[in-house]
Amino acid sequence: MKTKFFVWSVVLALVMLFPVWGSAKTEIQWWHAMTGFLGERVNEITQKFNASQAEYEVKAIHKGTYTETLTAGIAAYRSKNPPHILQVFEVGTQTMLSSGAIYPVYQLMADQGIKIDWADFISVVKSYYSKDGNLYSMPFNSSTAILYYNKSIFQKAGLDPNKPPTTFDEIEKMAKTAVSSGATKIGFTTAWPSWTLVENMHAWHDQPFADQENGFAGLATQLKINGSFGVKFWELLARWQKEGIYTYSGRGSKGDQPIINGEAAIGLASTALVGTLTKTAKFEWGTGFLPRLAGFPQGNSIIGGATLWVMKGHKPEEYKAVAKFLEFLGKTEQQAWWHSITGYLPISQSALKALQATDHFKKNPHLWTAFAQITSGKTTASSQGIRLGNLVAIRDAIEEELENVVSGKKMAKQGLDDAVKKGNEFLKEFAVLYK
Amino acid sequence: MKKSIFKNRFLPYLLIAPQLMIVVVFFFWPSFESLRLSVFKVSPFGDRQIFVGLENFHRLVTSPEYHRSVLHSFIFSGGVTFLGLAVSLFIAALANQKIRGLRFYRTGLLWTYGIAPPVSGIIWLFIFHPSYGLLPYLLSMVTPYEFNWLLKGWVALLLVIFAATWAHLGYNVAFFLAGLQTIPKSVIDAAKVDGASGFRLFRWITFPLLSPVTFFLFIMNMVFSFFETFGIIHAVTQGGPGDATTIMVYKTYLDGFVHMRMGLSAAQSVILMALVIFLTVLQFRYTERRVFY
Repeated sequence: MKTKFFVWSVVLALVMLFPVWGSAKTEIQWWHAMTGFLGERVNEITQKFNASQAEYEVKAIHKGTYTETLTAGIAAYRSKNPPHILQVFEVGTQTMLSSGAIYPVYQLMADQGIKIDWADFISVVKSYYSKDGNLYSMPFNSSTAILYYNKSIFQKAGLDPNKPPTTFDEIEKMAKTAVSSGATKIGFTTAWPSWTLVENMHAWHDQPFADQENGFAGLATQLKINGSFGVKFWELLARWQKEGIYTYSGRGSKGDQPIINGEAAIGLASTALVGTLTKTAKFEWGTGFLPRLAGFPQGNSIIGGATLWVMKGHKPEEYKAVAKFLEFLGKTEQQAWWHSITGYLPISQSALKALQATDHFKKNPHLWTAFAQITSGKTTASSQGIRLGNLVAIRDAIEEELENVVSGKKMAKQGLDDAVKKGNEFLKEFAVLYK
Repeated sequence: MKKSIFKNRFLPYLLIAPQLMIVVVFFFWPSFESLRLSVFKVSPFGDRQIFVGLENFHRLVTSPEYHRSVLHSFIFSGGVTFLGLAVSLFIAALANQKIRGLRFYRTGLLWTYGIAPPVSGIIWLFIFHPSYGLLPYLLSMVTPYEFNWLLKGWVALLLVIFAATWAHLGYNVAFFLAGLQTIPKSVIDAAKVDGASGFRLFRWITFPLLSPVTFFLFIMNMVFSFFETFGIIHAVTQGGPGDATTIMVYKTYLDGFVHMRMGLSAAQSVILMALVIFLTVLQFRYTERRVFY
């Protein structure tokens, strides 16, 4: 009896010591920041890949918010144990490009002999993540900012539920009506304040965000957001907040809540809300283009969301698995599925064409809004994107000053000047490190 | 007293080795790393490190944002400590009476200490959030006052002070209660015979006799509110609005882990380290020796 017990203990100990014997699959790790509905879809697409073949196993691991995921990835890289794939939000692009810690996606695919038709990628997405025409990270969840409005509230307030506001003048009138009629308390709000109200609004009105073509032509050293456009726009927001037309809802994704809960009449947020609203909204809602401020030229809206970066420091056979997985994610079929269920933009022309060939966009007009908006705009030096070092910190500085301005603590011009001053310091710091 | 019961000279070292290892790995090594990084400018991935001497410290000393975070820290910690001690002493005094269901109350009062700071932060967030919180909703029915701490800095600061005080209340009550029970009944009785009662009894007998406990709690609350309230701030305000609730430890986190300025963050943690050393020395030197009677 005792010997039997002993033998089994030894066997068990050995099995626990060598878990690799159990599976011959090459395992790769993917750290991501997707939660809730989107997190479930990430697991779903990972399982699909794992079931589609027998050689590789992708483990999708949630690491918190975008910032927390990036921090976790950096810490892991510094302790020489990075994940294979790291999801990084668009503001981290320059940090990743300069890091020396990444394996560019175009190079990985070439090394692994996997042919990808890069020309098929949608240009606004591709340009944001390319350097010298080569794609450095794999676009995964690309979004842009659009306008959402609550048709139920519009109806209650006596507004036309089929006419979303197209200008800020209209937003003022409609939001005012929505609040004064008692239909809601929040006339107009925004998620990701720096992204929707500063980064996107500058691009959408063809106003520069920083020098060096927003950092695409070289390392930028000066923010440009305290020009006449920025000041005029922030003055408007400060006045609206005071008059109860605009409601500041907090930083990051906090502003998603009043839109999802049906409390805001009008809101600016990511296209990624389409999926959530479709699934959860108990009210009628609609989408529209970003509103325009009269007197400024037409630019384009810019990309948000995140891409997948491949990290250095792994074995060749694992990179084979990474390449196969990224190839799988880029396939027309996966792209069409991911887009139609989440609202993120598909990354290839062929996926877009395949979707257009069906009645998909007729049935889901809100998913079309983002494309219509992007194709209606003009992509210029100021609207191709924003590529700055320390952009995470700059974004925080902007949101901090925006809070000071909408709360009436500072005048719009003063707030913007201070944001620029702080931002330039962050840019300088980055330039010193990477000169 | 016998000096040693060990025959083997190496056995004691062997026995304390695990504890020493923990201290070295989790305390000394990170502290040393902070000291080292505080004189460097470091790239996010750590691949580039430029020696800058005391520049990081110089920048902190001359930065108005850092000054504000120090100010916010002292307002916050002062608020949490004062409010926490006052409320918990009051509660402990009540719980020290002979009343029905005493055990139930005492247990109930200690509960909050078992709740992790981020969780208590989330609880407060759900009660007080301007758009989905319960309290602003109830307030809006009786008064037109808009309880929006997303925009009003001082309201946000008050909110996190209350949340942190609440989270630490159980700890304070437990110590005060224990302190109250060590006060000899004979002293109280003697005072009563002399005609003291109510407030006078408390002011001249109970409070002075409690002073060692009060001093100990003062230090512990300062340490708690300076260093362990990160979870509450992170869950409720993330340092905002503006930088109204950015206390020193939160700014250290923001600069290091969100803004990826590791050198600047390390310099701040060195300053915090000096502060905690100061508080600890204060506690060790005075807790035993100085009692105010």
